[in-house]
Amino acid sequence: MQTLSKMPPASSAGLSPDNYTFLQQYLYRESGIVIDCGKSYLLESRLLPIIKAENLSTINDLCRLLRATAPPALKTKVIESLTTNETLFFRDSNVFDALEKSVLPQLIEAKNDIKRINIWSAAASTGQEAYSLAILLAERGLTGWSIQVLGTDLNQQVLDRAAQGRYLQIEVNRGLPAKYLVKHFTRVGLDWQLSPTIRSMVKFRQLDLRASMRGMAPFDLVFCRNVLIYFDVDTKKKILAEIRSTMRSGSLLVLGAAETTLNLDDNYVRVPHGAAAFYRLP
Amino acid sequence: MAKAMVIDDSRAIRMILGRTLSQHGYEVSTAGNGREALELLNAAPSSPNLVLVDWNMPEMNGLEFVKAFRADPKYSDVPLMMVTTETEIDQMVRALEAGANEYVMKPFTDEIIADKLRVLGLIQ
Repeated sequence: MQTLSKMPPASSAGLSPDNYTFLQQYLYRESGIVIDCGKSYLLESRLLPIIKAENLSTINDLCRLLRATAPPALKTKVIESLTTNETLFFRDSNVFDALEKSVLPQLIEAKNDIKRINIWSAAASTGQEAYSLAILLAERGLTGWSIQVLGTDLNQQVLDRAAQGRYLQIEVNRGLPAKYLVKHFTRVGLDWQLSPTIRSMVKFRQLDLRASMRGMAPFDLVFCRNVLIYFDVDTKKKILAEIRSTMRSGSLLVLGAAETTLNLDDNYVRVPHGAAAFYRLP
Repeated sequence: MAKAMVIDDSRAIRMILGRTLSQHGYEVSTAGNGREALELLNAAPSSPNLVLVDWNMPEMNGLEFVKAFRADPKYSDVPLMMVTTETEIDQMVRALEAGANEYVMKPFTDEIIADKLRVLGLIQ
């Protein structure tokens, strides 16, 4: 792991340089995610709730516990708190515009004979991406079709939340067009609950992207956005190869706006759709 | 420069929304209620490119404003977003049916406003 050879900045408040390196290596070993230098604030802010819950004084105390014989549940909590990604409904309007205007119409036409579409949201977090895709497909009124969206994530805690399909007001305020909010959600107290129709289209399960993906259903669309940036080059290559094994000829991969398959996997062909880029398997 | 109008009876909200829209390149004018907004719009040389309007205001509330605004053909295509404390689905439906394009529930953040501007295709 290239970034581990760098020393963290001496100004790391609270977290000692030794423990910073320990957490970098620990996170890499357990999740494959690379934390660069200068992210003390991120580590401390994410781990603070655990430090408090465990009645510890500092993040260094937590590192001491992890170095010794921490209970598995605590290790899981630490990894989950460091691997939770921000997500929102209809994130990146370029991608969803392209889906609505060209990608989904083409996909529906291509699948009209078997009337089955499988989509994978590979870093589902709390589910907004997976449900956004389900909403777009539901809006197409595809009666008699089998449509499945699979959401996976390393973090079981966020998947449990995703499966509930229940969101805070601040979460539905972000990115979700109002026309979909009034159509597919109901108010439950102060929260917003997705309709059973949309929820029935989406399933969630835990998955480590570094694991083998062979045997997973062939997907027509794979969303793996803003995840590869956290891995080193070798792991990115391995993940892209594994994702390929879950796709069929003509399937599309969607990466984050700042991500690419270039210099990582030559088997994908970059296909622009409007202002968004998709990666097609020939 | 694109023009936006912010209509809210709270001076603080007008200031916050005005600042957010300025950051996205809008020249912002403000009004304290629907009637004042219509007067200002009718006196302006050109239509606005965006309108943000509260619901509960004196003299003319947000829903009445939306109906009056949309009744004028020259404003039929102007993107309009309600920014309000009203959070019931029935109210959202009424606002959308009256001609609002988007709906933001208070409290909001700069990111929420930016996300909605993206939904409306007004920023990247």
